[in-house]
Amino acid sequence: MNVVVCGKVIPASSVTIEIDANTKRIVRKGVTHELDPAAASAVEEALRLTEKHGGAVTLITMGISDATIGIRNALAMGATSAVHILDDALAGSDTLATAKVLAAAIKKQEFDLVLCATESSDSYSGIVPGQIAYFLGVPPVTFAKEIAVDGNKITIKRQSESGYDVVEANLPALVACSSGINEPRYPQLKGIMAAKKKGIKVYTAADLGLSPDQVGDKGAREKVLTVGRPPKRQAGQAVTDEGEGGKQIADFLAEIKVI
Amino acid sequence: MADIIWVYAEISEDKITTTSLEMLAKASEVGKAEAILLGPAPEDAAQTLAKHGASKIYRCADGVYRDYLTLPAAETVASLIQKHSPAVMLFASSYTGRDIVANLSARLDCGAITDVGDFQLKDGSVEATIPALGASYQNTSTLVNQGTKILVVRPKSFEPKVNEQPLAIEEVAATSDEVLRKVHMKERVVVKREGPSLEGAKIVVSGGRGLKGEEQFGLLKDLADVLGGAVGASRAAVDAGWVPYAMQIGQTGKTVKPDVYFAIGISGAVQHLSGMKTSKYIITVNKDAEAPIFQYSDFGVVGDLFKVVPQLIEELKKRKGA
Repeated sequence: MNVVVCGKVIPASSVTIEIDANTKRIVRKGVTHELDPAAASAVEEALRLTEKHGGAVTLITMGISDATIGIRNALAMGATSAVHILDDALAGSDTLATAKVLAAAIKKQEFDLVLCATESSDSYSGIVPGQIAYFLGVPPVTFAKEIAVDGNKITIKRQSESGYDVVEANLPALVACSSGINEPRYPQLKGIMAAKKKGIKVYTAADLGLSPDQVGDKGAREKVLTVGRPPKRQAGQAVTDEGEGGKQIADFLAEIKVI
Repeated sequence: MADIIWVYAEISEDKITTTSLEMLAKASEVGKAEAILLGPAPEDAAQTLAKHGASKIYRCADGVYRDYLTLPAAETVASLIQKHSPAVMLFASSYTGRDIVANLSARLDCGAITDVGDFQLKDGSVEATIPALGASYQNTSTLVNQGTKILVVRPKSFEPKVNEQPLAIEEVAATSDEVLRKVHMKERVVVKREGPSLEGAKIVVSGGRGLKGEEQFGLLKDLADVLGGAVGASRAAVDAGWVPYAMQIGQTGKTVKPDVYFAIGISGAVQHLSGMKTSKYIITVNKDAEAPIFQYSDFGVVGDLFKVVPQLIEELKKRKGA
């Protein structure tokens, strides 16, 4: 079973993500990057499935040159190969343009299953997986918190507002994994060494048969008009507990007439 | 003539969801609100929609929309949009809403704006306000495609309003396309919960990594019980497996807007803030004085939650008895 994982490499969790007021995009240049933890979970799930059923895992990411660090991480975890879609023309892509690019890259691979995170941790639109599935013509199986494959059939537990649904589809399919579906493994030394020998295939938009007006700013349907900060919430009182902290909270609750 | 704004109405636990009614309130304010109601629904569902501003309801009660999740709905909505081309269509930022929008926006090649907190419509052009990056930014976006603009709206962005309209229902035919029956829902499992629902609770007591384990959430339950509130959690606590996902508050979980929100042992990551930042009062207990959550607190205690919270519970019980 060949699994393609679509995942993003994003500013590291230690970085306060900022938006450039001029380009109206997330500042990515000169910022430490890492494999999105949500993407790492999708890689982990792909590894578990192929360890059980056989097959290869290919990571596909679209991003700036700094994304290599995250790609190496996925390869060190155990992914077989990786594809990096790297092209300045892709900057400014909205969800739809991104999905078109990723779907075009996936079509160049052999796959039975595409795994994504439900949403990236930096821009979290949550609709790219479903868009990709549409362009690939495969069923979208989303919000998975558990995945089982049996022959040609895939069954997942899909999160719902009131619990979960048991959902079934036939392969090939696309599954979007929820956060917390697993605990991604840490790359071991052996994996890190092996990753150095694995090649990363690089595609441009043109390699994928996409014209410049289909991607990036030009292809985007959504345009950011303004970037601003919300009105600041006035920080209130803070006290250090000196044995009366609980009582002080009760006093505050009385003050705001909750008790 | 007023712009037509469509709202995709959702049913959860046999009721029209509150977010559907919130969107109808905004839609009625901006233009003429109409609703789409697909799949089996409780008997009074159409009345509820009309009561909250829907001047027309496109309805189909066929089970295909329940049994095959969202692909059939995306197809039906796409053909309705092509036929009637409303100015704007609103979906809730829910599992169903996001799934339909994903398929629909690709199908119609029209894109969509997600995480919308508010929007305006001027001369057919939409301007949406987005609390981006966990509401640390407030951006505006537009859609440049021709035709209907699709927006995915955050829960609790608007207040539902009673705005009685005469009941006007147009029955639409169910999709019969076999290709859309590819994702089959075999079973719906409802996980039981105790106490008030998180979304509806006036008081929410949430715990994070600082709770250190599953058993300690009992402490928060005790606090919630004294105040008649519900217990929530940060993603860290959910990912650690201490509490079920249904309790998660934040970007990938629920959005709440209670009168009082307790953030106990929660540092205040962007992911969490986006789900609770608009609460009326925020009360914080954290041992780390530098935790970002203090910047959003109305009242914060720097200290050991395992000392502060039990004292608070005792104090509340005492004052209640008095």
